[in-house]
Amino acid sequence: MQIYLPIADLPVNMFVILAIGLAVGFISGMFGIGGGFLMTPLLIFLGVTPAVAVASVTGHIAASSMSGAISYWRRNAVDVALAFMLLAGGLVGTVFGVWLFTLLRFLGQLDLTIGLSYVVLLGVVGALMVAESLRAIVRAHQGKPVELRRPGSHTWFHGLPFKVRFKRSRIYVSAIPVWAIGFIIGFVGAVMGIGGGFLLVPMLIYLLRVPTATVIGTSMVLTLITMASATVLHAVTNHLVDALLALILMIGGVVGAQFGARAGARISGEWLRLLLGLLVLAVGVRFALTLVLTPDELYFIRPLEDGL
Amino acid sequence: MMSHPLVRIGLALITLTLASPAQAERIVASVSNHRVQVSSSFTGEELVLFGTIERAPNDPQRRGGYDVIATVSGPRQNLVTFRRDRVLGIWVNVDSRVFDTVPAYLAVLANRPLDMITNAETLRRLQLGLSNVVLLQRAAITIADSAIDDPFRLAFLKLRQNQQLYREATNGITFLTPNLYRASIPLPAESPIGDYEIDVRLFADGAPIARTNSAFEVYKTGIEQVVTAAARDHSFIYGLTTAAMALLTGWFASVVFRRD
Repeated sequence: MQIYLPIADLPVNMFVILAIGLAVGFISGMFGIGGGFLMTPLLIFLGVTPAVAVASVTGHIAASSMSGAISYWRRNAVDVALAFMLLAGGLVGTVFGVWLFTLLRFLGQLDLTIGLSYVVLLGVVGALMVAESLRAIVRAHQGKPVELRRPGSHTWFHGLPFKVRFKRSRIYVSAIPVWAIGFIIGFVGAVMGIGGGFLLVPMLIYLLRVPTATVIGTSMVLTLITMASATVLHAVTNHLVDALLALILMIGGVVGAQFGARAGARISGEWLRLLLGLLVLAVGVRFALTLVLTPDELYFIRPLEDGL
Repeated sequence: MMSHPLVRIGLALITLTLASPAQAERIVASVSNHRVQVSSSFTGEELVLFGTIERAPNDPQRRGGYDVIATVSGPRQNLVTFRRDRVLGIWVNVDSRVFDTVPAYLAVLANRPLDMITNAETLRRLQLGLSNVVLLQRAAITIADSAIDDPFRLAFLKLRQNQQLYREATNGITFLTPNLYRASIPLPAESPIGDYEIDVRLFADGAPIARTNSAFEVYKTGIEQVVTAAARDHSFIYGLTTAAMALLTGWFASVVFRRD
């Protein structure tokens, strides 16, 4: 069924959009991430301009992290204090991200920046995840215990001031790295149209040593708030949020996420991380190819943005 | 150079005859639909342009018959054309031109190839055909019409034609009788919203002899219109509503699929 998207100014097949929502939702439920890094490229591939895709996907991620956050909340797996501390940095990061997004769109370099960020970020994170999970799989195979939390192994930023105790996660760290991580996630999320869950979870585990019990729930609460604010900010500054597109995506997304979560529960953690790592890496490579391969058209047309 | 008075009178007479009421054919044009609605099911539309050539009894006989060229131009937009080039191994937008207030949609329809209807000079003067239409280009500060073979202009025209937003169809107009013509104006689903003007010119024996125009409007209706207007005019409330919608959808899913 063809449906005309009002802001994207594009007729699309509604079932294709719904299927994308379901598929990405399945993956996001399986790995406990928002899935923006898959959704945004898929929409761009369908012909939605990168700017509209990034702005509209924020709404979809807000919806899927909302349903995830509620179920983690019920299981008491959310560290509210940590989430709010991350949020303090996250909101500033989101504002900066939306500002940079607007500036880059104005300069005509938004596509390149989104492309390059995807290559660098997904390439690095994907490779790290694959390497880490392979080590864990080998270790499990050899019968050695898996240690994520090594008490006493302090890094340099454990010496930073403004120490805060996060009771729920049972950690005692400086607020500075927490703010910094929040800032990076908010910033990257707004510019790239991703929730940043796949970045935040490893950062919380490896840098802040947040236990796995609270890490996904906390990350979802943060993603929920930053993405909901990014939706509002993108709507106000760039007028590019396509509510109809976002609605179809989020309906598919929340349904797919339920099935994904069930599938994910059957797979062990290392294998899940390996799969996610490979997926992240594959999207990064795909973006690298579009940057390097000669495009079909050397020229392309865009409407001139206001103010130029 | 001084010309003989008789020559001048002769020239004046010729000019007079060309514009005299003796050649008073009129051309009439109308479209099948003056208001094209873009609703959520919009996948493009085809309008019909039709009209007649009205002859007075004392109009001269046109041995070559009549020719009609219709130019349909959509709402004006500022469009940027970017050129990509390889920089350090990756493809980057290196150069751009702003096409200033150019039609977002442009269709040139005729009953036969333009160069058979009239000469190149007339086509250029009347801006008929995609290669003759004036497209103002802005590089940095200077505004100038682009040369016909300018690479940005050529790329612009080619891309717009690929998107089916620009077209030149020299078989686009059909004469049903010697004085009755009909053309179809294809509007793709991506047709921009706004006012469209149709400029219809009548030619006989290579000379433009009459002109008329018509217009239609492409507008969003229903939910499309509501969403677009809200996103533009009430962006904060629109953003809040979208965010609230996301939270509700998420909450709803967690209630529906609750397993514990």
